[in-house]
Amino acid sequence: MITITEQKPFEEVLKSLEKSQSVYIIGCGACATMLHTGGKSEVLAMKEKLEDAGKTVTGWMVIPTACDQLTEVALIESAGAIQAADSILVMSCAFGVQTAGFYTALPVFPALNTLFVGKEEGPGHFIDVCMQCGNCVLASTAGVCPLVRCSKSLLNGPCGGSVEGKCEVDSRIPCVWQTIYDRLATQGRLAELEEIEPIKDWGTSSSGAPRRFDVVTSDD
Amino acid sequence: MTIAELAKQGKFVITAEVGPPKGVDIQEMLENAELMRGKVDAINVTDQQSSVMRLGSLPVCRLLIERDLEPVFQVTCRDRNRIALQSDLLGAYTLGIKNVLCLTGDFIALGDHPQAKAVFDLDSVSLLRAARELEQGKDLSGNELAGAPNFCLGAVVTPGADPLEPQLIKLEKKVKAGAQFIQTQAVYEPEKFEAFMKSIAHLNVPILVGIVLLRSAGMARFMNKNVAGVHVPDSLIQEMEQAEKRMQKSVEIAARLIKDMKSMCQGVHIMAIGMEQRVPEIIEAAEL
Repeated sequence: MITITEQKPFEEVLKSLEKSQSVYIIGCGACATMLHTGGKSEVLAMKEKLEDAGKTVTGWMVIPTACDQLTEVALIESAGAIQAADSILVMSCAFGVQTAGFYTALPVFPALNTLFVGKEEGPGHFIDVCMQCGNCVLASTAGVCPLVRCSKSLLNGPCGGSVEGKCEVDSRIPCVWQTIYDRLATQGRLAELEEIEPIKDWGTSSSGAPRRFDVVTSDD
Repeated sequence: MTIAELAKQGKFVITAEVGPPKGVDIQEMLENAELMRGKVDAINVTDQQSSVMRLGSLPVCRLLIERDLEPVFQVTCRDRNRIALQSDLLGAYTLGIKNVLCLTGDFIALGDHPQAKAVFDLDSVSLLRAARELEQGKDLSGNELAGAPNFCLGAVVTPGADPLEPQLIKLEKKVKAGAQFIQTQAVYEPEKFEAFMKSIAHLNVPILVGIVLLRSAGMARFMNKNVAGVHVPDSLIQEMEQAEKRMQKSVEIAARLIKDMKSMCQGVHIMAIGMEQRVPEIIEAAEL
């Protein structure tokens, strides 16, 4: 499971740095390094591009895991070069961008788009398997989530756009309802498909209020 | 009379459709509807078909009612959440609309606003359930309504889907959820349709076979390539290609398909897609 990111167009990055003459760059040693979107070489490439565009890069670092609390320590250690900058450009997923933002008063800007939390299906090939809706439906969908893997998030079976096991939206997308059907058939559970699915409660998703969670242990 | 009432009386139900315009010039659409007066039992009004933003189905249904034409209100789950859908269903009833066709809706990216946020809070099955709840005087949260509506609910199926079995299970769910009539995706192969009808004989719901007017061989090939579950056989493509008078041929083919399938089902739904003026001719040629 890794957070999938892609680089924003450089013009968009430059636009957000419009009012910053000097910039400090932060990369991430975890997901963004694996995806070649915000590791050391991408950070250095960004540095060069920004300098070509007339910006001053006061420094850079690749934080081992930009989304964890050690980011605060890293920011303190590099405070000199960071404080010399007008803003920080973060080449990590939105978790890292926001974590950096928690620990500094400087403006932080994202260099990447965060796409989804991906599962590696084959080498270098990631798919979206969970939208963190907060109310898991996998029990009735053969362990495959149609909320993210059906183009229309259908919960009661395929639409008319299912063609020979593919989705009409893009023939490279398998129709997840065909997958669910096949799996249930193999498991001798097809009768379960005849049940009308309860109407989804989206109140546990990001449609509800901003989500938070407290760990409760038996010691509490 | 509603589609379900007509079918119950044993009438072979004929429906056609009009597509609201992109804009407010409703003249041509109303003229097309006018041509169908006395020829069809009800007129479907599409809900921003193919995810292309247009004038809504609800106001157009009301315009038809004002002209004493029976509408079928097509409702998709693509653009509205359960609050808006339930509200529009209540609205439809207060405007005199009875027939409601419950659809999931096309995918957003296939239309002209691919950047829009897709909703799909409900799907066709849960939309049918929502309508049924409203009829029981309750909304989806179980709150009491001040006055309950009463609808004739419909749904759709693709008889040519491959594989068919998952679609059949979904169709059964739709009927269980409250569908009182079914309009199908376009059918061009009567023998396949016959097999489909046999496989759903236990459902006991009126089926209106879908007929889409073939405009050209090119259109047929396009549908074969791009429209899921629709297959135009080569023989029909050839017929269209060799036809001297294309319009006449397309009417002839549509009428022949209706004649071939009439005895297998309870009605026909004619989708003329821009050739609505031809609907009366088709009905006449099919000897309905």
